[in-house]
Amino acid sequence: MREIHLSKVTEEVARACLRACHRLGEGMKEALAHARSQEESPLGQWVLEQLLDNAQLAEAGPLPLCQDTGMVVVFAQIGQDVHFTGGNWEEAVAEGVRKAYVEGNLRKSVVSHPLWRENSGDNTPPVIHTRIVPGDEVKLWIMPKGFGSENKSRLFMLNPTEGVEGVKRAVVQTVSEAGGSPCPPTVVGIGVGGTMEQACILAKWALARPVGQKAPDPKVAQLEQEILEELNKLGIGPAGFGGRVTSFAVHMETYPTHIAGLPVAVNLLCHAARHEQVVL
Amino acid sequence: MREVTTPLGPEVESWQAGDRILLSGVIYTARDAAHQRMAQEGMPLPWQGQAVYYAGPSPAPPGRPIGSVGPTTSGRMDAFAPLLMAQGLRAMIGKGERADSVVEAMRKYGCVYLAAIGGAGALLGECVKEAEIAAYPDLGPEAVWRLVVEKMPLVVAIDCQGGNLYQSEPPKYRKGGGC
Repeated sequence: MREIHLSKVTEEVARACLRACHRLGEGMKEALAHARSQEESPLGQWVLEQLLDNAQLAEAGPLPLCQDTGMVVVFAQIGQDVHFTGGNWEEAVAEGVRKAYVEGNLRKSVVSHPLWRENSGDNTPPVIHTRIVPGDEVKLWIMPKGFGSENKSRLFMLNPTEGVEGVKRAVVQTVSEAGGSPCPPTVVGIGVGGTMEQACILAKWALARPVGQKAPDPKVAQLEQEILEELNKLGIGPAGFGGRVTSFAVHMETYPTHIAGLPVAVNLLCHAARHEQVVL
Repeated sequence: MREVTTPLGPEVESWQAGDRILLSGVIYTARDAAHQRMAQEGMPLPWQGQAVYYAGPSPAPPGRPIGSVGPTTSGRMDAFAPLLMAQGLRAMIGKGERADSVVEAMRKYGCVYLAAIGGAGALLGECVKEAEIAAYPDLGPEAVWRLVVEKMPLVVAIDCQGGNLYQSEPPKYRKGGGC
């Protein structure tokens, strides 16, 4: 049994939120530079150059890359041999979010009730997905998620016989209908299988990967590549002003599912691909 | 590149989709909650000749007038936009497509839609020289801010004559049938 004081969790969550909001995510600087070299549209080039300049200014400030510093999503893998001391696990995570957003001049974008809509004032609560795994380590993925791209995300409950082509159609439809609103170029997280909610969680989890990292299964990796090529034929381009680069990368996660179903969730992410990993 | 200063007048009606603009002067932010309140309670400021910026800034770090302040998705304000145009609004600044009803109102009232680069919040924040809350301080990040900006980089996304970058440009780069 390994004891971990929850103040350590609070401290690491706070630090990760700030880092994530001020610096481009892993792989994104390279993705932006690559997109700039591929883009043919003059307006698209202008947009990508501004995003590269923006990243430099943000890191030097430090200032948030984007004023929408998001609602914080936390994926936690907690070793079953860990014993937390000094409080309540979820409250310790929330306290880290509170500290980062209040002390770090990040925007408070969370309302305490979806219908009555009073701002919670400290960007809490976060959305926490916790799994218990073997071992005595705690791994956290801290992902402040902006809503320009979140709002354009979709869930499809396909028929099983729609198969690979159905999945491709669903993703192309989502990105096509989103147009310029989710701040393209985007990273596209796809969750395939499981149940309705599991597909959505997988789509989000797919976005925790470093940008452009392929799925470990070569068949899934091949499908990611094929979908990316389809998306970049759409012509939407940076900011929706036309161009060759509509998406930087496609990340897909899968899970076994029911004989009657083929759930597909598509979660979009803008260039502010904020994710930080913490190991305790 | 066109350098312009607010307040704006009928000259905006000659601007064309794709024109790059460097905007200086006073602009006002308003997003979802502020628009809803304006629709319910009336206008907190005269919109005649003004530009609205669909944005909610991040808080100012020490020594700066404001934090990051890029555009939010304009489409969420579509239902409210004609109300402001009827008051004499001359420019809307945001990102993403607009509804047909908004484009129609733009022609009727002589208002342009300018796009700022979504996600370039730090860079756009650098253009802000002064900032103060002008209305609805209780809305927090959704309050109406009066910003004095200098050379804010924008592009005319939809003009008053039917030009629309979101519609005219993607087909030029589209390939094949897709799926």
